[in-house]
Amino acid sequence: MQATSDEALISRIAAGDRLAMQVLYARHHVRVYRFILRLVGNATTAEDLISEVFLDVWRQAGKFEARSAASTWLMAIARFKALSMLRRKPEEELDDETAEAIEDLSDDPETTVQKKDKGEILRKCLSALSQDHREIIDLVYYHEKTVEEVAEMVGIPEATVKTRMFYARKKLSELLKAAGVDRGWP
Amino acid sequence: MMMSRNKATEREDIEALLPWHAAGTLSRRDAERVEQALAQDAELARRFELVREEMAETIHLNETLGAPSTRVAQKLFAAIDAEGEPKKGRGMSFQASAWLAGLFEQLSPRTLAWSAAAAGLAIVLQAGLLAGLVLSERGASYQTASFGEPTAAAPGAFALVRFNPAATAGDITKFFDAHKASVVEGPRPGGVYRIRVAATSLSQDELARAVARLAEDKNIVAFIAPAK
Repeated sequence: MQATSDEALISRIAAGDRLAMQVLYARHHVRVYRFILRLVGNATTAEDLISEVFLDVWRQAGKFEARSAASTWLMAIARFKALSMLRRKPEEELDDETAEAIEDLSDDPETTVQKKDKGEILRKCLSALSQDHREIIDLVYYHEKTVEEVAEMVGIPEATVKTRMFYARKKLSELLKAAGVDRGWP
Repeated sequence: MMMSRNKATEREDIEALLPWHAAGTLSRRDAERVEQALAQDAELARRFELVREEMAETIHLNETLGAPSTRVAQKLFAAIDAEGEPKKGRGMSFQASAWLAGLFEQLSPRTLAWSAAAAGLAIVLQAGLLAGLVLSERGASYQTASFGEPTAAAPGAFALVRFNPAATAGDITKFFDAHKASVVEGPRPGGVYRIRVAATSLSQDELARAVARLAEDKNIVAFIAPAK
């Protein structure tokens, strides 16, 4: 017994198959939601956007090219929606999660190390990264995107994908060091 | 001089690949290059541990984000019902990258990726492999790990694990046998499985030690962390 591939589902969606749409939604909505939420930092906005993403899938399914993985296509639509929304959002509206992370990092290092374990500090620092850096780290570590897939989604050369990942990790190490965790790298 | 510069460049190239090696998304050829370098370079191996640590916490962070409410699905399918059938496109012949090009026309050109399909296939194969393992453990009826009997209240100690894509079904079966572990749920987003590592509950320290023992088997385990 084998599950229907995403590509087959999208083909059926293009023909107006609502059930195929439900299956595709069930399969991907959590992952896409988390990707958007990490970009926009607000659960209500992320929920609104995810609805728009899948509505676009329904409308554009006939234009899907099977040469890209379906999940990459979905994430690319999600990314576009999220970035469009962020461009409309005033810069001063810092999301709560990021604000909290930055506030916590301003604790003096010793206090921070005492009150939180290393994993928790690392997660705070991951949340305090810039949008570009958060995005690439999530795409590589959580969404398991290859160098080529990230390049296609983000619209940058493959070499830049590797460089951006390196600088994201370097920045993460700097934030950790500021929070009292010296990893001896870079 | 030239030789050492070449070596330094090669090392930088390999180091740049470490995040993808940890995620199991490199081609077999690149993965072998990285494995070879890690075996010969202790500092590179130490840096790889930092990468694995980052990956573990990135997964942990994303896993705590929850899921959208049912309101989203209701709103979406109401909109679909109101809209009717999708526009007839050009079947499966239009390029996703062309769709993106329309949206991102103000951005720089991107490279098309054939290997995306290969990476997707690897994930599907791995999920299938795990489903097969659960099937073989539970007898004749088909059951995926995701839809087994409720396990949330089951006794035991648990961990979240992502398997190395290069690991075979036989390798993973031996791994489970050796550690008396079993899959109870998954795959979750990110290809992560919840596994039972002990039949009874363990203290935080005991669980950390158990997880550390499992993590030693790097040919099988790409990522592992304690779970509730």
